[in-house]
Amino acid sequence: MTLYSFIFYILAAVILLSTGWAITRRNLVHAVIYLVISFFGSAMLFYLMGAPLLAALEVIIYAGAIMILFLFIIMMLRVEGIEERLFPLKQWLPAMGLGFISFQVCIFLLISAGSEEPLKAAMAEPAIFGHFLFRQHWLSIEIVSMLLLIALIGVLHLGMEKKRKESGE
Amino acid sequence: MIVPYSHVIFLAGILFLMGMFCTVTRRNLMMMVLGLEIMLNAAAIAFIGAALRHGHMDGHAMVIFIIAVAAAEVSIGLALIVCIYRKTGTIDAGCIEGDVCEL
Repeated sequence: MTLYSFIFYILAAVILLSTGWAITRRNLVHAVIYLVISFFGSAMLFYLMGAPLLAALEVIIYAGAIMILFLFIIMMLRVEGIEERLFPLKQWLPAMGLGFISFQVCIFLLISAGSEEPLKAAMAEPAIFGHFLFRQHWLSIEIVSMLLLIALIGVLHLGMEKKRKESGE
Repeated sequence: MIVPYSHVIFLAGILFLMGMFCTVTRRNLMMMVLGLEIMLNAAAIAFIGAALRHGHMDGHAMVIFIIAVAAAEVSIGLALIVCIYRKTGTIDAGCIEGDVCEL
C-alpha cells in the first residue's frame, strides 16, 4: 500500500463518517458543519486525484458559498422543533429491499474488479485545463452561465413576489 | 499509484446512497436539499475518478458544470423554502398541504 492509497482511504473514511453524522443530526447547524468537513475531505480527494483547480473550486463554492447560504437561511427561519419521523412501517420493506440490492451491487462491483490495476497519479494543470475547457466546451460554458443568470432572476422574482402582494393587500 | 478505480466508484456509490437516504427519509425541507447536495458531490467524485482512469479532462469539465448546477439548484431551492415558510409558517414537508400538521 503506497502513501497515496493510504491517504485515499483516510479521506474516504473522513468523508463517509462526516456525511453519515450529517444526515442523522436533528440540529440543522450541526448537520451543515459536518457537511462542511465532508466537502473539505472531497476537496482533498480531488487534489489527490489530480484536479487542483477543482479542489479549490470545491472549497470556495461548495464548502464556502453553498454551506454559508444554508447557515444564513437556517438562522433566518425558525426551524427548531420539527418532529422528525421516519416514514411508515409499511414502506420500510420496499425501501430496505431496494437499499439492500443497491448495496449488494456496490459490493459486487468492488469484488468483481479485484484484479484491476490501480490508477496512476496524474495532474491536470489549471492553465491546461482552462484552455481545454474554453476550446472544447465553450458552448456549454455559455449555457451554464445562462443557467446561473436565470437562477439569479428566478430567485429575485421569488423573493420579491411576497413583498408586492403584501403591499397590494 | 493510488487505488483501483472500483474503490472510487464504491465511495461515490455509498455517498450517493447516503444522500438519497437523507432526501427520502427526512421531513425537513432543508435536510432534503442537503441530501441533493450530497448526491451531486458523489457524482463529482465519480467523474474525477473516471477522468483519472481514462486520462482525459472531460470528466473535470463535467465537474465544473456539476458545481455550477449545484449552485443554481441550491439558490432556487432555498428561495423556494423561504417562500414556503412565509406562506405556511413551517418547513416541514408533511405540513405544507394543509393548515394542520397531519401525522
